[in-house]
Amino acid sequence: MGEPEPEPDDDLYELPAWSLSRESDEWIQIANPLPERVGREWALAGATGSGVRVCLLDSGVEDGHPLVGAVTRAVAITVGEDDEPIATDDLEGDLCGHGTACASVVHALAPEAEIHSVRVLGAGFSGSGRALIAGLRWAVDEGYDVINMSLSTTKPKFAEALHELADRAYFKRSVVVASAHNMPVESLPWRFSSVISVASHDEADPLVFYANPEPPVEFFARGVDVEVGWIGGGTIHATGNSFATPCIAGIAALILSKHPGLTPFQLKTVLYLISTNVGGSDS
Amino acid sequence: MSDDANGMHAAVAAGVLAAENDFAELLRSVVEVARAIFGARASSILLFDEATDELVFAAVAGAGEQGLVGRRMPSDTGIAGWVLSSRTPLVLEDVASDPRFAREVAEKTGFVPSGMMAAPLLADERALGVLQVLDRPKRARFSLQEMELLGLFANQAAIALSLLDSTRRARAALDGVGDISVVARLAASLTRLEGDRRATGLALLQQLELLLR
Repeated sequence: MGEPEPEPDDDLYELPAWSLSRESDEWIQIANPLPERVGREWALAGATGSGVRVCLLDSGVEDGHPLVGAVTRAVAITVGEDDEPIATDDLEGDLCGHGTACASVVHALAPEAEIHSVRVLGAGFSGSGRALIAGLRWAVDEGYDVINMSLSTTKPKFAEALHELADRAYFKRSVVVASAHNMPVESLPWRFSSVISVASHDEADPLVFYANPEPPVEFFARGVDVEVGWIGGGTIHATGNSFATPCIAGIAALILSKHPGLTPFQLKTVLYLISTNVGGSDS
Repeated sequence: MSDDANGMHAAVAAGVLAAENDFAELLRSVVEVARAIFGARASSILLFDEATDELVFAAVAGAGEQGLVGRRMPSDTGIAGWVLSSRTPLVLEDVASDPRFAREVAEKTGFVPSGMMAAPLLADERALGVLQVLDRPKRARFSLQEMELLGLFANQAAIALSLLDSTRRARAALDGVGDISVVARLAASLTRLEGDRRATGLALLQQLELLLR
């Protein structure tokens, strides 16, 4: 009997981790090389988000909302005694509308992507920082392809845990897309280079997005006067980086549905190459 | 307490109380200016009460003004709760189209806004509350400049709220409540001391000050 086939995740660890000898050339082939020219045609044409799992780390998502569709799975996160995440099926839907709004932005761009809701609101404000970290930990462990974080924390004591989680997500091929802060304050996790950070532009086209030549904010996407879903099956017009972030999350879902297995590094490179101010005008 | 110590306590207490009124006035002035600049129907500041994990209306200008100050709600309620938790500003328009939202807000504020701008009030790492501007007239489109303006008002309100918070802590200390009340007691004891003991006490405190710097 031959060796059992390795699990896909194990493939990563079959490569020499810390060094590369001359004989290892055949091991080092890149599974999903980017073509010489990456444009919107290659990256997005025909993509629907199919097969991609997008997680909304937010206030909950209203299942069956006309602009969201079915929510594949919804959990509410509470924090255990050792700060471990405890996920229970979330039957409350969306507590304020924000999560539904973000989900509707993803759904409009990537209609066949699965929507997963991880609710981190509802433990009172005092518990919100710990709930945010526990929720992210849970989402990273679940291995979502895209994790949308239209929220941040200003507490430095959470920085180390968030940084470790953002890096873990990066190496596990979960793309974390995080809202930049549009006020002059230090907040996290959007400032980490392992995540994709997003702020707003005021144009109306959701596929127009710009690479920022001067990070830490990396991309600008549509975030002004966006028609979004809201609780009660309704819609509203909303403005804020909160709504620009799921725009990039939706575009990331499109790219990943067409090119599964891209690493976050490759995905960010593709986003850069097809951004409107770099090479994205061929759509 | 000696007359001196009583006198100092009274003077500081008077200062603290006056300051609390001043800062409350400042908050009110911020919401009035915000309301005027945006041409909005109302504006309010909600203070986060850490002890009860609630949001409290601290200043209100315009519609709903009567009787709203002091009203409380759980800190993770509705849009203000989200803005506080996510520390992210939001602008929503045409919100009244959602009956659930309308009812919830109407119960809290006495009127139903059709639009709302909300920004967290942040001082260093702390989120102190939320600034809301309700029913700004719907011009052509909301602009990023208005978002920046909202951020500037929020910053001003955060400073006022931070001062108000310090003042309240100082008052709690004077009243012998809270963990820094020991500072007020030390000051009172020092006032009573004379001669060498006073000099020694002062020298010790100066050392402590160096240590804590």
